[in-house]
Amino acid sequence: MKLKQLTPLMVATGLTAMSGFAQAAELEVTVQNLTRGIYFTPILITAHSPDQQLFNVGEAASTELQAMAEGGDISGLETAVDALSADTVANPAGGLLMPTAATTTTLSTMDGNTALSIVAMMLPTNDGFIGLNSWMIPEEPGTYTVYLNAYDAGTEANDEIRGGGAPGAPGLPVPPPLEELVGTGGSGVTSEITNATVHIHPGNLGDNDTEAGMSDISNTVQRWLNPVAMVTVTVSE
Amino acid sequence: MVIQKRFGLSLVALSCLALTACDHNDDDAPAPVPPADVSYSYEVTVQNMTQGQPLSPVGVALHDDVVMWEVGTPASTALEVLAEGGDNSDFTASEGVMASASGAGPIAPGSSETITVMVVNEPDTFISVATMLVNTNDAFAGITGHALGELEVNQSITMVLPVLDAGTEANSEVAGTIPGPADGGEGYNAERDDADLVSFHPGVVSAEDGLTMSVLTVAHRFDNPAVKLTITRVE
Repeated sequence: MKLKQLTPLMVATGLTAMSGFAQAAELEVTVQNLTRGIYFTPILITAHSPDQQLFNVGEAASTELQAMAEGGDISGLETAVDALSADTVANPAGGLLMPTAATTTTLSTMDGNTALSIVAMMLPTNDGFIGLNSWMIPEEPGTYTVYLNAYDAGTEANDEIRGGGAPGAPGLPVPPPLEELVGTGGSGVTSEITNATVHIHPGNLGDNDTEAGMSDISNTVQRWLNPVAMVTVTVSE
Repeated sequence: MVIQKRFGLSLVALSCLALTACDHNDDDAPAPVPPADVSYSYEVTVQNMTQGQPLSPVGVALHDDVVMWEVGTPASTALEVLAEGGDNSDFTASEGVMASASGAGPIAPGSSETITVMVVNEPDTFISVATMLVNTNDAFAGITGHALGELEVNQSITMVLPVLDAGTEANSEVAGTIPGPADGGEGYNAERDDADLVSFHPGVVSAEDGLTMSVLTVAHRFDNPAVKLTITRVE
């Protein structure tokens, strides 16, 4: 998403057009939430040049990724990938994707847009998100399955208590139905960010006190083990 | 395969009709030789990769192209019985099962067991394998509806399995609700007081990690994958 990546994109597009590789494709993409009790906010599915990434483990999140991971706002990422001539489907589930639910969409990709990325915030978390990062779309027609892990954007302390979703605002956004499913009165698990770069999420801690304790998250329902999502990609003939 | 055989038979019948004569003497014709039976035998090896979760006796079933559970749908009662109590008898006796087998007993952490299951004249079966992590409320691991038709003799497939949550019993971890040695509590109970949807399991919490009423300890925690599964066609 950084400006410096724009130049290689131009070069790569020119190369692929000449070599005949990396042709346009018709994809059907299904994202299934595998978790017991985590909701996914609007999902961004985008096919782009393989030299672009929405995020990189070990690097600081972009402001657009931060807005997605802390508040579920994918508009910034959408604008950024549009500027890179990516092929994008935004919010295929039309809102939250509930635990174990799946959403399916189709995506037509242009020449050169051979890498697939998928992100969505996980609720309730402070800045957790599901991530498929620049996965190479197979040229051979067929159905492919990829399992996604949960990432932490590294932009907000995982205090696990109610708060806001705006970038920089502490706490968990709790839109319905999370309003009913998240506890109250937690004192806060931590106020520190121990790793300010994108990393594999350490998981929710939670507690079993819905009106006090240190966390507003339920430790029996709103935890997870990886993987958290299954992506099925069908490449048409 | 059954369909193909019937088709072949009808072709023979048609060609005979086309010749119209078929002038053999019925009295002298040798009795038709039935095709020899073909056995399809599979060895299913299950290894327990967990720290401290014995696996209940493994249930293995061969059947048509169906799945016996699916993430996002309610568990069958047979699966609920297996996942809450470790009893695979209803699961392996599910409708449409052509052949089944059960492990001899629980599989301790680190241990493995090989179970053989066989069908005759059924080359294109699908396999389901399931086992409970017994020191949980309703966690299980397995695969379902995996096609075996492409497997050659002596060929094997290996996979590692995540832990699933049957969604039929809340993961309370409280005394009396867990059938494994950590508790010795109740197994199957017809009540469904959880999401009533199969999902991936969120993991056990344990008393040390903040679930104050839990009878489970850090020793019972697990992560994915929990089970290594190898299926070898031996005949």
